[in-house]
Amino acid sequence: MSLGNIFDIAGSGMNAQSMRLNTTASNIANADSASSSIDETYRARKPFFAVMHNEFLNVNKDNQFHSQGDEIGAGVQVKGIVESDAPLQPRFQPDHPLANEEGYVYYPNVNVVEEMTDMMSSSRSYQMNVEVLKTAKQMLQRTLMLGE
Amino acid sequence: MGSINFNNALGVHPDAMLLRAKRAEILANNLANSDTPGFKARDINFQAMLAKESKKHASSNSLDMNATNSAHIVTGSRSNSELQYRNPSQPSIDGNTVDTQIEQTLFTRNAMDYNTSFEFLNGKFKGLKSAIRGE
Repeated sequence: MSLGNIFDIAGSGMNAQSMRLNTTASNIANADSASSSIDETYRARKPFFAVMHNEFLNVNKDNQFHSQGDEIGAGVQVKGIVESDAPLQPRFQPDHPLANEEGYVYYPNVNVVEEMTDMMSSSRSYQMNVEVLKTAKQMLQRTLMLGE
Repeated sequence: MGSINFNNALGVHPDAMLLRAKRAEILANNLANSDTPGFKARDINFQAMLAKESKKHASSNSLDMNATNSAHIVTGSRSNSELQYRNPSQPSIDGNTVDTQIEQTLFTRNAMDYNTSFEFLNGKFKGLKSAIRGE
């Protein structure tokens, strides 16, 4: 049932966007978490998305084989979360309790402006998936009323 | 049988609704992948597919091969060309070709057309019902 699949697709989109919103929240919350060594410092986290596929070769009801190129895809998935490679920000703050021997404190490589735009983008995408879900629900509900 | 045969009475609308539902799935997948790097937006040519589908109904001698043995693989005359790629008006740097505004308007329009087919079908059923009752 195609209309039923839309629920899965929009649901996967909402899940992916909420995960992206989650990393953004974590990044903004830790934007000023200082540390005394490079290894311990928080780094900006980014999810990366990929198309979700059904099985490589799926057999449907009519025993028809579809190669992967022919299929539509079944939503979006978060393949993983990577830490940003951008350089950390060392700041000279000898009075800071976490300062190292040379008087430096390391701050995370979180770009707050970038995070804010990411937040807006993911919240809009989330809303869009909700709209798709709402429309699919209405379509299914109407179909159930057929012939009344 | 005359015009009370279901296939004749309902016309193109059941096929159209099935196809609209399938297209809604494709467009929903485009929208879900609006932030996926390298994703290419896809769509079907609705008119061409509906014409093909109706023709298959009208005359059953399509190009599909017969499966006379259970080990035969039914490939059908389906090809990858049915599912096409959209030409992006504003391609993005990460290779994604989903234009959310275009996809969303197409999705809404597709849903409206689905409802239109639904109304026609509903009307036909109502007509058949009153014909059966004869009131």
